[in-house]
Amino acid sequence: MLPDHAAFIIAAFAGSALVIGALIGWILLDGRAVRRSLDAMEARGVRRRSDRTERGS
Amino acid sequence: MGLMDLANPTRFLALSGRLLPWLAGLTALTLALAFVLAIRAPADYQQGETVKIMYIHVPFAWLAMMGYTLLALSALGILVWRHPLADVAHKALAPIGAVFAFLCLFTGSLWGRPMWGTYWVWDARLTSMLVLLLLYLGLLALRSAIEDPNQAGRAAAVLSLVGFVNVPIVKFSVDWWNTLHQPASVFRMGGSTIDPSLLWPLIASAVGFTLLMLTLHMMAMRTEILRRRLRSLEARAAAEAAFA
Repeated sequence: MLPDHAAFIIAAFAGSALVIGALIGWILLDGRAVRRSLDAMEARGVRRRSDRTERGS
Repeated sequence: MGLMDLANPTRFLALSGRLLPWLAGLTALTLALAFVLAIRAPADYQQGETVKIMYIHVPFAWLAMMGYTLLALSALGILVWRHPLADVAHKALAPIGAVFAFLCLFTGSLWGRPMWGTYWVWDARLTSMLVLLLLYLGLLALRSAIEDPNQAGRAAAVLSLVGFVNVPIVKFSVDWWNTLHQPASVFRMGGSTIDPSLLWPLIASAVGFTLLMLTLHMMAMRTEILRRRLRSLEARAAAEAAFA
């Protein structure tokens, strides 16, 4: 049986999960888009002078 | 390795690249444990099961304030030491802090309705937390309104230092004014007033969400460093094309 005020508890947890999920998704997609643009730039032969293996994994 | 070594964007990328998978895994584990502890925690003798909202609302409030404190420290790094990584940290943290401030208000109003009979009152705690959210949104708006990134960074740093005065107001508002919001019950003189059966799940949840903020901040900082490299490459490519 659901406790009193269950709707408020569920809305708080579900709403928070949704917003945090959206934040994680936005950060991941933004990172992917920037990496893709950098890769495209490097494919065109434009590189940093000091670039070796420093873009990290 | 000293702090100044780490404060080099290239070294930061390498180190954070190795650290991130472990940090993300630890975050997921801690949040899962906190969720189980929160579900199994006993009901409060007055609030019943509604007290479960505390396990997310309180960490969100702490992190909104901690996030703004870190913004103010980064602002010092921008204005005093003019360190590029301080600006990266500042820019990457603002949207994350804004989300935690929003979630604090959102979960607080859903907790307030069944307990106080209202979603919102203009008391000092709620109003100062709303001001904190508006400060975060102001920082985001300011950065996007100024085209020159260096100028935008300095303006945002000044605003975050000025706005930092609101953080102690949020914290002590319940002591300085008569508020509907309850006074502090965890970090207070004389120790916590919360029963350990409710306190431990709260601590687990706070640790989990702190790790989440750290993980997301690190990811956003990596992206911001790469975005700046992309911008300089685009400028170089445009200059080379102009002289070709």
